Amino acid sequence: MTSPEEQTPPVMEIPEDRHYMRFSRLNRLLHVLMIVSFISLALTGMSLKFSYTTWAAVMSRFFGGFESAGYVHRFAAAVMIGVFITHIVDLFRRKKQDGVSWRGFIFGKNSMMFNKKDLQDLIASVKWFIGKGERPPYSRWTYWEKFDYFAVFWGMMVIGSTGLTLWFPELFTNVFPGWMINVASIIHSDEALLAVGFIFTVHFFNTHLRPEKFPMDTVIFTGRMSVEELAEDKPAEFAELVESGNLEKNLVEAYPPIVIRAIRFFGWTAVALGLGMVGLIIYGMVFAYR
Amino acid sequence: MSPFMIPRDPMPHAPHPRALPRLACAALLLFALVSVRAAAQENSDCLMCHAEKSMTMKRGTRTVSMFVDEKKFKLSIHGSIPCAGCHADLAGKEFPHEKPKQVDCGTCHGAEEALHVKSLHGKAILRGDALAPRCKDCHGNHDILAAKNPKSPVSPMQIPYLCGKCHREGSPVMQQRAIHQDHILENFSESIHGEGLLRKGLSVSANCASCHTAHSILPHTDPLSSIARKNIAKTCTQCHTMIETVHRKVIEGKLWEREQHVLPACVDCHQPHKVRKVFYNQGMADSDCQRCHAKADIKAKDGHSLTVNPADLQHSRHAKVACSQCHSEVNVSKIRPCETIVNPVDCTQCHAEVGNLYKKSTHGLLFAKNDPNGPTCKECHGGHGVLGKHQPNSPIFPTNIPKLCARCHREGEKAAVKYKGAQHDIVNHYAESIHGKGLVESGLTVTATCTSCHTAHSVLPQKDPASSVNPRNVPATCGACHHGIQEQFEKSIHSTLVSKTDKKLPACNDCHSAHQIRRADEQGFKLTIMTQCGRCHEEIAETYFDTYHGKVTQLGYTKTAKCYDCHGAHDILPAENPRSHLNRLNVVKTCAKCHPGSNRRFAGYLTHATHHDPDKYPYLFYTFWGMTSLLIITFLAGGLHTLLWLPRALKIRREQKAREKARHDALHPEKKA
Repeated sequence: MTSPEEQTPPVMEIPEDRHYMRFSRLNRLLHVLMIVSFISLALTGMSLKFSYTTWAAVMSRFFGGFESAGYVHRFAAAVMIGVFITHIVDLFRRKKQDGVSWRGFIFGKNSMMFNKKDLQDLIASVKWFIGKGERPPYSRWTYWEKFDYFAVFWGMMVIGSTGLTLWFPELFTNVFPGWMINVASIIHSDEALLAVGFIFTVHFFNTHLRPEKFPMDTVIFTGRMSVEELAEDKPAEFAELVESGNLEKNLVEAYPPIVIRAIRFFGWTAVALGLGMVGLIIYGMVFAYR
Repeated sequence: MSPFMIPRDPMPHAPHPRALPRLACAALLLFALVSVRAAAQENSDCLMCHAEKSMTMKRGTRTVSMFVDEKKFKLSIHGSIPCAGCHADLAGKEFPHEKPKQVDCGTCHGAEEALHVKSLHGKAILRGDALAPRCKDCHGNHDILAAKNPKSPVSPMQIPYLCGKCHREGSPVMQQRAIHQDHILENFSESIHGEGLLRKGLSVSANCASCHTAHSILPHTDPLSSIARKNIAKTCTQCHTMIETVHRKVIEGKLWEREQHVLPACVDCHQPHKVRKVFYNQGMADSDCQRCHAKADIKAKDGHSLTVNPADLQHSRHAKVACSQCHSEVNVSKIRPCETIVNPVDCTQCHAEVGNLYKKSTHGLLFAKNDPNGPTCKECHGGHGVLGKHQPNSPIFPTNIPKLCARCHREGEKAAVKYKGAQHDIVNHYAESIHGKGLVESGLTVTATCTSCHTAHSVLPQKDPASSVNPRNVPATCGACHHGIQEQFEKSIHSTLVSKTDKKLPACNDCHSAHQIRRADEQGFKLTIMTQCGRCHEEIAETYFDTYHGKVTQLGYTKTAKCYDCHGAHDILPAENPRSHLNRLNVVKTCAKCHPGSNRRFAGYLTHATHHDPDKYPYLFYTFWGMTSLLIITFLAGGLHTLLWLPRALKIRREQKAREKARHDALHPEKKA
């Protein structure tokens, strides 16, 4: 795999401590808040879902009992809803900033919305996986990143709405029948299981822990990635940036190593918690299921 | 029975005793009248001489009066009988006649004479005892009066004086003959009977003849005697007919007559001649026993000590009970009155009610089989030092009962070894239970002890329908203290009074356990109760654990609804019952106990929902499988994508490393060498 390197003579002119700025400060903050609230929700929620296991009882006790775990769960839910709303507001703000129409904003080149190239990339990727082609030239947002992004939208809708139903059952039953609470419980719990399972395995692998990113892709926390990495990972975006001359505009100082170490520590904590939870879930579903 | 009648016959069952003699007497009278007419011998003929006060006769050295007071004779009961009617040997004799023979009263009074002949008095006459009384010594001769006549020496009021002629202190009879009682007259006159008769003029009060009979006076050792041990009850109950219904409640009707060998006879407590209104402290009798039994070294043949510590008795519940009341069968005429004792003390003679219960109990049945494990009264209550259940140092005081029962029922002891049921280590379990803690830690004597549930004397195995701990009886047993709960329970679906079913219905102990009963508001109890319901309601308990309520409970918290929070604890009823907590009318209120905003739809929440039943809960079933499919598809797609990717990613990683190495080598060529 030498082609990206051949395509990137200008990189050599960029000093190593100048990094490409991929994520804004707000987005990074939102992702950290998302991680904290998501893990809190998962730990407290799973302790209830897998109440028949010993670890669930220990977990519940760790949070100070089921009631206290419930408060943590609802507080984290509020944080996550806050993150979601902030992001939506940010979209509006950016749309206004860009001065484009909604159509242009949603279906623009740098939008998270799926487009024709994503389908082409997916097909090309599968071909690449099975050795029938080269690595496709991914753009700013790959199709799996877009999938993860919309998975959050879907999850917010499904888990959030059922969660609110379970939070205020007396209110909801003024309109809906009582058995809807039961249905809401099932949806809330299974969708959460899906979210936890997916994030802590597929998302971790795809985004943070791919061998080529090892020990960890911290771009979501630093917001920065080396130009070399950008050129390797997102060749299409890099080419476009070079072509439009916008690359220089987006270069910033790299973080000192101490900050990187702190960020990695945080990242690994989240990964450890996530993978640990996956282990507990597998144990709960396979070995302790009743 | 006429109050004036003096009982003459100790055997009232015999055929009318006077029917024949009366007939004979009438015949004799007729004959006499006829013969008088023939011989023209009338009483006036006799009285021509015998009415003279001066008429005397020499008998040996003594001068004997031959005077017959005509006036008294006329007034006597025999006043209309010719002299020859009694002096039969003088009939038709010309005077001066020979010395007449002894008058035979038996000619007319045959029955009385027959009794008299067999009596102590009659036998003494036969022996030629000069002191022995004949008919006339009691009844008089020519001036004989009817017993009903108050002037008669045999009228009730006179009898003590009559008998006292011989049986008073200092008389020749008392001095020369073996009479076992002393101060008979004095004692009698001070007794309640004597007081009634002599001071209150109560002619129905008992006199000598009431107990000893008039003619059949026999020693108490004679089985026919009215004062023989086995006849005493009958003798006393002639007057005290209703005593068995009013005497100390333990005596059942007729027990005195039927079981004289076990029960003390009347005279054991109420000494003869000394009968008082009050119960006697038999100081005398007890001190007699103490002469031997106070000794420290007195032993039975088999070697066991026979010592009785007087202090034990003195402080015991039986302080006022005489030795002989329990150790019945004593015979006061023996030097060692106790030598006639053959049976051990039978407490049921007084404690008949509990005795009967005991005999039917497991303890009593074992004892009846001569099983050495069968506890007797003594084993629990103690012997001479027996104490009442309200005395704190008594073994049957509430705080001591568990220790008492534990002597045999503690794990490893003889009763626990024999026991084959499911209750083990009961003594320790009880001590840790709410009842045991109440008793031992809080010193609460009203808390339940062993006997509160198992009873003291009707101890029976749980399977016995009469047992207080039989499932059918358990609610009533617990209800003795927890009455309000019993009332609720007996209206609930779990009560055998409500549900007629072959299935096993729970009694109190099925949920609360028998010996490990805990406080119902304790966390531990609340959590175990779930599995208690689940023992029978298996499926419904399992589905409960699929819901939020159940899951939290399973985590070990008691705040969410548990079975009894919705169904009720003791007042569980089917939902169709309008009084049920889950009836349409009440269910919103039941939910509102925890969910103040509860409404009709809210109450429609499926508290036992499961997503495994497509018929009962289709919405849940399809939701669950819809979600599960989504899950599986997503994971399959994501997982496959990742797995396929992995080899490529690793390849990139290797190339990265190689490139880095090449770059490093280019920068530091000297290091390569």
